[in-house]
Amino acid sequence: MSGGEARAVGVGSALTAPAPRPAEEASRLPTSEERELRLRVDRSSRRPVLVAFGCSLVALLLGSVFGLTASVQMHSPELAGPGWLTFGRVRTAHLNAMVYGWASLAMLGVSLWMIPRLVHQELKWARLAEFGVWIWALALGYQLVRILGGIPSGMEWLEIGLYTGDTFLTVGGGMVGVALLRTLLARAVPHLYVSVWYIMAALIWFPIIFITGNWPAWAGAESAAVNWFYAHNALGLWLTAINVGAAYYLIPKVLGRPVYSYQLSLVGFWTLGFFYSLNGMHHVIGGPMPTWMITTSITASVLMVIPVAAVAINHHMTVVGRFAALRYSPTLRFVVLGAMAYTAVSLQGIFTALREVNRITHFTQWTVGHAHVGVYAFATLILFGSIYYILPRVLRREWPSARLISWHFWLVLLGIALYVTALTVAGVFQGLYLMDPAVPFRASVDVTLAGLQARSVAAVMLTAGHVVFAWHVWRLWRRPTPERELAPFHALRPVVREAGS
Amino acid sequence: MKQTWLLVGGALVVIGFAWMVLVGIPHTMLVRVEAPPGLEPYTESQARGRTVYIRNGCIYCHTQQVRDDAFTSDVARGWGRRPTVPADYVYDRPHLMGTMRTGPDLINVGIRLPDPEWHLIHFYDPRAVVEWSIMPPYRFLFDEVPEEEVGPDDRVVAIPGRGPDEPVVVATPDVLALVDYLRSLNRSYPLAQPAGAAEDAGIAEPGEPAEVDDRSGRTMP
Repeated sequence: MSGGEARAVGVGSALTAPAPRPAEEASRLPTSEERELRLRVDRSSRRPVLVAFGCSLVALLLGSVFGLTASVQMHSPELAGPGWLTFGRVRTAHLNAMVYGWASLAMLGVSLWMIPRLVHQELKWARLAEFGVWIWALALGYQLVRILGGIPSGMEWLEIGLYTGDTFLTVGGGMVGVALLRTLLARAVPHLYVSVWYIMAALIWFPIIFITGNWPAWAGAESAAVNWFYAHNALGLWLTAINVGAAYYLIPKVLGRPVYSYQLSLVGFWTLGFFYSLNGMHHVIGGPMPTWMITTSITASVLMVIPVAAVAINHHMTVVGRFAALRYSPTLRFVVLGAMAYTAVSLQGIFTALREVNRITHFTQWTVGHAHVGVYAFATLILFGSIYYILPRVLRREWPSARLISWHFWLVLLGIALYVTALTVAGVFQGLYLMDPAVPFRASVDVTLAGLQARSVAAVMLTAGHVVFAWHVWRLWRRPTPERELAPFHALRPVVREAGS
Repeated sequence: MKQTWLLVGGALVVIGFAWMVLVGIPHTMLVRVEAPPGLEPYTESQARGRTVYIRNGCIYCHTQQVRDDAFTSDVARGWGRRPTVPADYVYDRPHLMGTMRTGPDLINVGIRLPDPEWHLIHFYDPRAVVEWSIMPPYRFLFDEVPEEEVGPDDRVVAIPGRGPDEPVVVATPDVLALVDYLRSLNRSYPLAQPAGAAEDAGIAEPGEPAEVDDRSGRTMP
């Protein structure tokens, strides 16, 4: 059962740090010292990584159920339940479970595994990091209960309670960040690989924007400005940064091929930080905000074409000529599709930030579709790919079933394609109807119904995919570790080298 | 990159710059915005209603902003006589501007729908008054009480289509406060000209002072 898939999962182990270096060296087999180092490093990060992934999966399943419930309620409002199941609360629980539970916790897991690997050093202060992950996860669980109970703080993406939630997330995330910074300072490599830049920068950026967003001083129009300064950067400097960093690691690693251009990765990184951080006000185009702020954000949004192009060229050019490898490596399949979605969602975002487009798409289902291209097709697919790569190495056993991976892959891929298509089309019509004052408001509601129903079908597919994935992780967890140390990753020659050029 | 300090320092510079541009500098401007003479602070009941609005996630389907009429049709659609400006929100902590128009904008709903009875029926059963609505019913904001147990202070809501044998629907204080809040939403008062701090901050004011519109009026286009 594990035939081709299992072999391919191990393909990437030919490298520890895919630092820029000649291709022939990049694809050589590891020496015994390198294998020893990897074993030691993976052992050091094992517990916090497992806790983070475990909690993130619980959040993924919960978030899927919330999302499905909210989706069905939207086109069938009579299915509204008691207060704690009302649309406004379930939808909010969905967002928070997915962003702060699933994505953020999985990202902490990826960071905790990847940074030690990339700096050739055991994870320092691993207990602190593990404790931090627990604090984050438990505080978030409590916040989901509060949101369903109707105690959100009132701003999108900032619904978590200030003292009962934000404080704990800041402290918990900070503990992970401190442990990783300590590890970075103890590094045993002279050069910092691209993924290290993205991940460490995200760990510095996130607490700054998170504290700014939650600071209880803002009122009126200013609170809207800070709201979108935070929410946009939560996507740009947190979700995007870590997932782009993970893709920068996994694509070259699995292919055994160096990143296309080092210079481009430098350009991409610094321009991402500089332009993305200024994008927030394109969420209030036309709104009650000083015009110069909105114009600044639109300009910065257009300039995002620079980092997006740099990252796109680097990711895609590294894959070009090796697309056949996608058949063999589930990691690569998820990550490459995620990287393509990143290019797509960024270009869509630039397009949507233009006043001429935004006047139609603002306040419509288009935005919901766009958000899911970003958080799902980009971030979540890359996180799935990362977990497919990392878990077998941490647990030192191979995924039990190639068929379950295929089911997971096709369910979520077709699910998200249907999701985005349905809401994007519905959103365009909704926006065009809203823009024409001669068209009654009712038309803008009716025209979205088919799309909303299709979205519920998509939500069922995505939820089913997540259940398959969680079941597979459970089977992997329960599987005995093979007696032969670390087979098969290290014994195998990379399949793609033979299949490729 | 080889230096850790370059990475950490660079990341701090980047976010520090964005923070100054989008948080720091706007703060110095927006903090000086004063309430227009026509805008009253929320009463206790309205403030409570605002909390109910937040608790039930109304912001996820309703906006509270009238956008620039130079390139949107918000004013033409009748959602306000003029675009809203920062001064309209000085009492809003936090803002409830919203991002979605699954339902109509509400920043001037107090003018469009002044009848409390309409709101109460609408919250209990949206489709009883707007047949094509996809708004969820908020029946948990009402009590169902046998007719003989209705107290003298209870606000009984006459829900269309309910049989005489069924218990009576009584509005809770929460939903009454929510209706009070919605009926208070009105940003049609004229803005002072020139608008001082707002102008310094580069906010476009509508060219003409808006016509005064009393709260009872259904005169909005």
